Parts: sequence; C-alpha cells; structure tokens
Amino acid sequence: MGNILVFAEIQKGSLPKSSLITIQAGKEAASKLGGDVLVAVLGSDIEAATQEAAGYGTAKVLAVSDAALEHYLADSYAAVLEQLVQANQVTMLVATSTAIGKDLLPRVAARLGVGMASDVVEFNEDGTLQRPMYAGNTVATVALDDDIKVVSVRSTAFDAAQPGDRSAVEQTSVSLDADATKLQFVSFNETQSDRPNLTEASIVVSGGRGLKSGENFTTYLEPLVDELGAAMGASRAAVDAGFVPNDLQVGQTGKVVAPDLYIAVGISGAIQHLAGMKDSKVIVAVNKDPDAPIFNVADYGLVADLFKAVPELTEAVKKAKA
Amino acid sequence: MKVLVAVKRVPDPETTIRVKSDGSGIETDNIKYVINPFDEIALEEALRIKEKLGSGEVILVSIGVKAVSEQLRTGLAMGADRAISVGCDQELDSLGVARILAKIVEQESPEIVLLGKQAIDDDANQAGQMLAALLGWPQATFASEVELSDDQQSVKVTREVDGGLETVGFALPGIITSDLRLNEPRYASLPGIMKARKKEIKEIAAADLGVDITPRLTVQMLEPPTKKEGGKKVETVAELMTLLHDEAKVI
Ligand SMILES: Cc1cc2nc3c(=O)[nH]c(=O)nc-3n(C[C@H](O)[C@H](O)[C@H](O)COP(=O)(O)OP(=O)(O)OC[C@H]3O[C@@H](n4cnc5c(N)ncnc54)[C@H](O)[C@@H]3O)c2cc1C
Ligand SMILES: Nc1ncnc2c1ncn2[C@@H]1O[C@H](COP(=O)(O)O)[C@@H](O)[C@H]1O
Repeated sequence: MGNILVFAEIQKGSLPKSSLITIQAGKEAASKLGGDVLVAVLGSDIEAATQEAAGYGTAKVLAVSDAALEHYLADSYAAVLEQLVQANQVTMLVATSTAIGKDLLPRVAARLGVGMASDVVEFNEDGTLQRPMYAGNTVATVALDDDIKVVSVRSTAFDAAQPGDRSAVEQTSVSLDADATKLQFVSFNETQSDRPNLTEASIVVSGGRGLKSGENFTTYLEPLVDELGAAMGASRAAVDAGFVPNDLQVGQTGKVVAPDLYIAVGISGAIQHLAGMKDSKVIVAVNKDPDAPIFNVADYGLVADLFKAVPELTEAVKKAKA
Repeated sequence: MKVLVAVKRVPDPETTIRVKSDGSGIETDNIKYVINPFDEIALEEALRIKEKLGSGEVILVSIGVKAVSEQLRTGLAMGADRAISVGCDQELDSLGVARILAKIVEQESPEIVLLGKQAIDDDANQAGQMLAALLGWPQATFASEVELSDDQQSVKVTREVDGGLETVGFALPGIITSDLRLNEPRYASLPGIMKARKKEIKEIAAADLGVDITPRLTVQMLEPPTKKEGGKKVETVAELMTLLHDEAKVI
C-alpha cells in the first residue's frame, strides 16, 4: 500500500472540523489498509493552517502556496491534487463530502482516469467500502478497482482527529496549465449567523413547512434554537418556500447531520429528510399529525400544535438551565 | 447556442425502495421510473436559456436500457428539440457515464452541458465534475442561478455552497450542474406531448463509441440500513422535558 493523501480544506485561515474529520478518516484507512497519511493544504496565505495541520501525528504535510490558489476553484485545485497524488506514491485520496469535497474530488478522479466512491461511511479490512445509496434506503458494499482510489467520506461517520506528534512539512510548488485556470471567482455571499455550524453542532433544531413562514421561524423556532445553543436546520419544503437560507437544508440532497440531539418541528419525515438526520443520537419530533412518518424514527414524539408547544418547550429549557 | 442536457432514468423519489433478499440489487417490480429530478431542473434551465435568446437548440442525452426513451419523450414534450439515446445494458459508474458524455460532446460541440448535481439512485454526485475534467472545461456545480453574458460568450453561475452562495464565472464552453433552487421545471403541455411524438430520438450503442466504460466502482452487495425503532409518544411538553432530562440526559 502506498500513501494516503487527505485534502484538508481551509476556512478563514484555519482548519474547520470537517478537515480534522478528513484527517481521522485517512488515519482509519491507513490503520486498516497500511500506508502513511499525508495532508495536503492549498491556498495563498496558508502558513498558519499548515502549522495547524502539522499537529495531528501524520507522516507529512504537503503545503502548496500560490497566489493562484487564493480562492478555492475546482479546476486549479484539482490540477494541484492530481500532481500531489502522482508525485507522492499516493494510492488513496480522501476528502470529506463538504460542498468543496463534492465539487473537487470527482474532477481529480477523472483527471487521474480512476473511479470514485462518494460519502463513504466505513473502510473495510478487505479494502471494500461502505456507502449509502437510494437516499439511505440501502447501504452498499462497493469496491474501487483502480490502483489509486478516490474516496469522499461522510463527516458524521468519523470523529475529528486528536492532536498528535508534529508532522514534517514539505513546501511544494506545482504548475497550472491553461485548462486549470478557466474558472474565476466572482463573489461569496456569506449567510450571516452567530449560531454553531449545522454540521458541527451537538444540538440541531430543524423546522419544516409546518412553521408556515419565515417570520414564524424567527418568532417560534429561533428562541428555542438559541436557548439550546443549537444550530438551525430545515426541510427542503421550508427552504424552497424561502423561509430560511438554502444551506440549512438537511437531507439526501442537503446536509447530513448526526448531533446528540435533533429536534424536528413541523417536519413530516419524508425519506429524503430522514436520509440527512436519522443517525442522530436522540431524535425528538414535534408534529400535530400522530401518523407523521417522522415519529417512526423519533425517540420522543410530541403530538401537538407547534405554535403552542414550541414556546412552552423554550420556557421549560430556560427553567431547566436556571 | 447549443445546450446538451444529460438525463438519467431513475426510480420515482416517491417509490419505496426495497433491497432484494440476496443483496444483489433493489426490487424493481412495480417501480415507476422518472427523469432524475435534478436533470429535470437542468432541462428547464436549458429551455429558459433558449427561450431568452430566442434561438438555439436543446439536445437531450440519456444512457441506459432501451426504456430511457420514455424519459427522453417526456423531456422532448417539455420542449427539448431532439434526443440521443445511448444504449447500454451493463452497469455504469459515473466515470463511464462521463466518458460516454465526453464522446457525445465531441460529436455535438455544445456551448453548455447541463447535468443534475446528483442522481437520486446512486447518490454519487460525480458525473458533471468528471465530464468537465475529461474535456478540460470549467465547471460550476450546485447552481442556483445562471446568468449568460450579453455577448453569449461567458456565464456567471451562483452556487449553493457551505455557509452561503458563491458566484463563479467562466468563458464558454463549460459544465453546469443543477441544484434544487435553480428553477421549477414546467410540466409538459398537451401540444408539447403531441409535438414530441415527431421529434427525433437518435439511437446509438455505447459499444460503438470506442470508450472504455468498464466500471471502476462496483457494487458488491446491498443491505437495508439498520432500522431505527420509533420511541415514546407524549402529549405534553412537561412529559417530554422529563424524558429528555431523566432518560435521554440531553437537556
Ligand atoms: C430529488 C429530491 C430531493 C429531496 N431532498 C430533500 C432533502 O435533502 N431534505 C428534505 O428535507 N427534503 C428533501 N426532499 C423533499 C421531501 O421529499 C419532502 O417533500 C420534504 O422533506 C417535506 O418537507 P416538510 O416535512 O417540511 O413538509 P411537509 O411534508 O408538508 O410536512 C409538514 C408537516 O408539518 C406538520 N404540521 C403542520 N402544521 C403544524 C402545526 N401547527 N403543528 C405541528 N405540526 C404541524 C404536518 O403535520 C406535516 O407533517 C427532496 C425531494 C426530492 C424529489
Ligand atoms: N445514465 C445516464 N445517462 C445520462 N445522464 C446521466 C446518467 N447518469 C448520470 N447522468 C448525469 O449525471 C448527473 C450526476 O449523476 P451521478 O454522478 O450518478 O450522481 C445526473 O444528474 C445526470 O445529469
């Protein structure tokens, strides 16, 4: 087995939790399949992130600093990763299925001419992988038949890496051909929020169509979210209706979360929504319809009108904390 | 402007998916098939581009069993001009799909290729990015808005990413994959359905394209997920709080 290269995303100059999860997934792959873990950090001003990445006991950190890499762009980043794979005897490339991981890894795989497995939840000892398919209705055992395997992992299936021995840091330069610099970054319109990150929070409170409006999210749901110090999520129906921003969608085609506590409010529990939250440790559902499918996965179901129950719950949490 | 749209035949998202008892696949009896929902959105965007410009051609391509012609017919009824059905009976992975699509792109020379961000059966989310890499084209995945420049030489695409919306730009040709909020696809109208009957579906065989489509990713076994049992139902917030505090110990 050759080396395992993990791609560590940088956000605002440092490594988000998803990158520590990627490093941990790389370590788990290495412990089962052999090989050293190398961490790739890319960007234009990455000294701090490189030092941070070197704190997790991996064999090496490969730092690629270049003005052309200031913003993440699929074409340039894919070209760099391809070169790192080729130059470092890499037999497996790993990233987490974040928006960037999903955009980037298939492009690298195709540049290398190899297949890819998305959203892997487990590395098996025999080299096969486990991944969900059909909105989580099945778990598949899959095999990648190339010498270089490209794998994105689901963040909920791995822990964050713990700090370890310092890694050696290698500064690498790469060349970018014309095909790798066609994309231009124009702008980033950040969703303003002081709340924890949806995919990192230990408590998530999600609202659905049952909330009926964006104002009701503010009036009814947000006080509960903030009283619990939780992240806010939503069903597709709530996002489509414009109640909340797009990136709060939980589900098959949105974010996958697995917090200690997930509270679904006014959400029916369609399979596509369940695909994004059913691995949460404790699930609470608040719904006025006793037959709503969400109750089939909820540990605790409150059959009630949310407009009455949620303010009461917020008060009760406030009291319990006092 | 020539726009190519890749559409996949998938089980209707409303159908219940069951794994065969021997784990070799899913039960296909009684399954209704539809155009992958993201691909319908991609097609809608292509039609809007053509309508806005007042000229152009929207070409559908689907790879798979002969029956994909049903989905192609639906797409033609929505307004696509013609379709290509690439016959292929073997299982394909996204790399195989991308290699076939790259050949079709070579033959058709579209300025824009639109795909769905993800097929809702394999949930891979790969083919568009792979196609872009094979062609050496720029890609904008997870699109929620597409803005063609006045001179039709470039696009700006807004993308649904973590923490907000990102806009990227590129000179055409390029690849765009659709996210849910890009648009709301139209239904086929009755005149549309009538017209579609006369539109061309060109049939070609994947084997004749001369590309290696041996899957690199193979599915060895499918299992149903571990079932989670429904828990306790309560009717008051007080009961719920007691359970969360004393039993689940999460509050
Ligand atoms: C391709 C595709 C991808 C999809 N991806 C996703 C995804 O990633 N995530 C996702 O969530 N969905 C996804 N969906 C949509 C999914 O199928 C459902 O349509 C959606 O999850 C429904 O959202 P909802 O539960 O908020 O709305 P509804 O199904 O309308 O449910 C609203 C619920 O609120 C309850 N309610 C109403 N009023 C009250 C009240 N006063 N008090 C208490 N309860 C009340 C009702 O009883 C009902 O159960 C996808 C669909 C497709 C086709
Ligand atoms: N067999 C196919 N025929 C045509 N297009 C496909 C096929 N498979 C995938 N695609 C396209 O590629 C997108 C992503 O697919 P996937 O990588 O399987 O998630 C889909 O939304 C389609 O637009």
